[in-house]
Amino acid sequence: MPEITQTLAQARTLLRFATAGSVDDGKSTLVGRLLHDSKAVLVDQLEAVARTSAERGFGGEAGGLDLALLTDGLRAEREQGITIDVAYRYFSTSERSFILADCPGHVQYTRNMVTGAATADAVVVLIDARKGVLEQTRRHLSVVALLRVPNVIVAVNKIDLVDFSEQVYNDIVTDLAKITNGMRMDDVHVIPVSALEGDNVVERSTKTPWYSGPTLIELLEQLPAIDEIENNHEAFRFPVQLVIRPQGGLAPSVDADEFRDYRGYAGQISSGEIRVGDSVEIAPGNFKTKVVGIDIAGKSVEHAFAPQSVNLRLAEEFDVARGAVIGATNTLPESVNLIEAEVFWLDPRSAEAGARVLVKTGTSTVQGIISQVIGRRNLDTLAIDPAEKIEVNDIAHVLIKLATPQPFDDYRDNRRAGAFLIIQPQDGATLAAGIHTNLELVNFSI
Amino acid sequence: MSQKLSENRLDLLDTLESESIHIIREVVAEFERPVLLFSGGKDSVVVLHLATKAFWPGKVPFPVLHVDTGHNFPEVIEFRDRTVEKLGLRLEVASVQDYIDRGVLQERPDGTRNPLQTLPLLDAITAGKHDAVFGGARRDEDKARAKERIISLRDEFGQWDPRNQRPELWNLYNGRHLPGQHVRAFPISNWTELDIWRYIEREGIELPPLYYAHEREVYQRDGMWRAVGPVSEPTPDEVVETRLVRYRTVGDMSCTGAVESPARTISDVVIEVAASTLTERGATRADDRISEAAMEDRKKEGYF
Ligand SMILES: Nc1nc2c(ncn2[C@@H]2O[C@H](COP(=O)(O)OP(=O)(O)OP(=O)(O)O)[C@@H](O)[C@H]2O)c(=O)[nH]1
Ligand SMILES: [Mg+2]
Repeated sequence: MPEITQTLAQARTLLRFATAGSVDDGKSTLVGRLLHDSKAVLVDQLEAVARTSAERGFGGEAGGLDLALLTDGLRAEREQGITIDVAYRYFSTSERSFILADCPGHVQYTRNMVTGAATADAVVVLIDARKGVLEQTRRHLSVVALLRVPNVIVAVNKIDLVDFSEQVYNDIVTDLAKITNGMRMDDVHVIPVSALEGDNVVERSTKTPWYSGPTLIELLEQLPAIDEIENNHEAFRFPVQLVIRPQGGLAPSVDADEFRDYRGYAGQISSGEIRVGDSVEIAPGNFKTKVVGIDIAGKSVEHAFAPQSVNLRLAEEFDVARGAVIGATNTLPESVNLIEAEVFWLDPRSAEAGARVLVKTGTSTVQGIISQVIGRRNLDTLAIDPAEKIEVNDIAHVLIKLATPQPFDDYRDNRRAGAFLIIQPQDGATLAAGIHTNLELVNFSI
Repeated sequence: MSQKLSENRLDLLDTLESESIHIIREVVAEFERPVLLFSGGKDSVVVLHLATKAFWPGKVPFPVLHVDTGHNFPEVIEFRDRTVEKLGLRLEVASVQDYIDRGVLQERPDGTRNPLQTLPLLDAITAGKHDAVFGGARRDEDKARAKERIISLRDEFGQWDPRNQRPELWNLYNGRHLPGQHVRAFPISNWTELDIWRYIEREGIELPPLYYAHEREVYQRDGMWRAVGPVSEPTPDEVVETRLVRYRTVGDMSCTGAVESPARTISDVVIEVAASTLTERGATRADDRISEAAMEDRKKEGYF
């Protein structure tokens, strides 16, 4: 027993990763394999998978396990053998804890793939070794590039079906390099795997002696999470969620005399770090002041960093409400009412210049108009082709006019402060995921 | 990887806590009348604890709602009332027994009342004009729950449409909805059972006593230990024995099984959960054993 208590006591870090790639490339099977081989599948779950696999005659007489059933949890998914929506699974190794988002490959469900990838520290893009890079592979790679997912792994899957051929692997590596260079992605790791048989997933394969790189799990254990990479160089940003001013409504456990006049700004630090005594500025309003206290649920601390949820106390009282952004002094961008943006269109209804929308960023939602559609990404050349209309699954370049100026960071400088949603004002649907960026910098081509 | 990595790293529990607090605050900021489903079970207790942290030093700014099946363990009802009192909250109760007494709902042949909760729940949401309902569901509990968004839209009939969920991007939650619709909010979506227990240990959170090993009169049914009680009588062939047991989930006496366990303290439980080879629902819930898609079907109808 002492061994277990030890591992439990360890401070573990978290890595969020998602799968991507074309339909049937083996994403769910790979996820099942990863869970299975890292002993994260419990007995009753495995029994259920074995029962259903047998009923469906998976693996013929031998009676193999269809590991995709571990994540394809909806009735419709099991019936059709495809993934429709993201499944989240949780597992850990002795090194780390993981949140895994198994995404659908089908074009129709690309919106769900974007959902899974948006919060990912790493994305594993699968390619069927027999088919190589497909249009959907390029679409998913474009999404990954657009979202600036910091770690990209490509798994060349079903390597068992091409006799573990080094040549096939090398050809795909060459094809990929053209695309990822065109997208200015660096550090793409390419691993030959068989999700079905487990090669190079958790166990190193004896059938790929020509491959000396890491296994999938080894990579996942080592890759840095977004906050580890970005906390160093991104300026402090704190979108105010709520003002906590309890007055009469104090919690029964706190001392009424001490906290009657409490005023704290509640929020989650979206980037950087902050110390008591630091100078800050606030938009809108351009107020400048100092931080006099940082409270985390009743505990006062001297120092906090992303992604902690805290209450900030400021030296002076200003008219600061939900939607305001507190930043390190002289780092907040000027508030603007016209932004350049790259958007990923998720709704079946198309859009044109003139469309009235809501734009949600940080904790603020403002009215906007798509003032110009510049063009949309051609998935063969990756270039932006001129277009008037944006259709579902398009990656498009647009200009958006905002009713109220916003202190928008460039997404390339600050992920959480440069991202936004486009919302349909009448029915509230999420139409698109957007990033504010200088469009010159995302002119890709191959 | 040439970039220099930050020393500022949160451990797993702090990361999860921070994410949950952010979600709870977003819902309170963007909705008019949120309510928290509170059963006295460990997950809803943790959500309530997170809410006290999110609004400190203010009090939790929403009421709690309990769907009382009439089959609850008395210790849990006692715990529920004491917790609500301690935090100065308002408790709304939706009573399944009332619906049965009025003839609106009929007792099921198998005697379980879990599936009967949906109608009283939806009526209570409408009556309270609640536009957001916090739940303690976790994605690791079940494969249908593994598909759920953190902020999940429900139509006028309380239905979940798993094939047509709203995309959910970054930490930007879109809770816009039409009149009559509401959202379910799941702040601890990303926590596992083990995370919950490690957090309970770290924070010293009080739970109903039946989560810890105690002697109880039980009998075997469907491979589970059932407590002897007014709504869970053994048949003449079922042998009643006294065993050292605890509960991994707390639902109705009529469908929740106990597990044999010597774990009397929080840290005993943490060790036991870490070593467990069964999921909590597989081990203890008769209602989820009905079919592979039992949870999906109930959720589509508006269950939590
Ligand atoms: N031979 C072989 N077959 C595989 C391998 N990986 C997956 N498959 C098979 O490929 C088929 C599709 O696998 P899935 O895991 O469902 O594919 P997916 O990428 O999750 O599909 P979507 O989620 O619908 O996009 C199944 O029949 C798998 O058994 C592999 O490494 N080798
Ligand atoms: Mg799949």
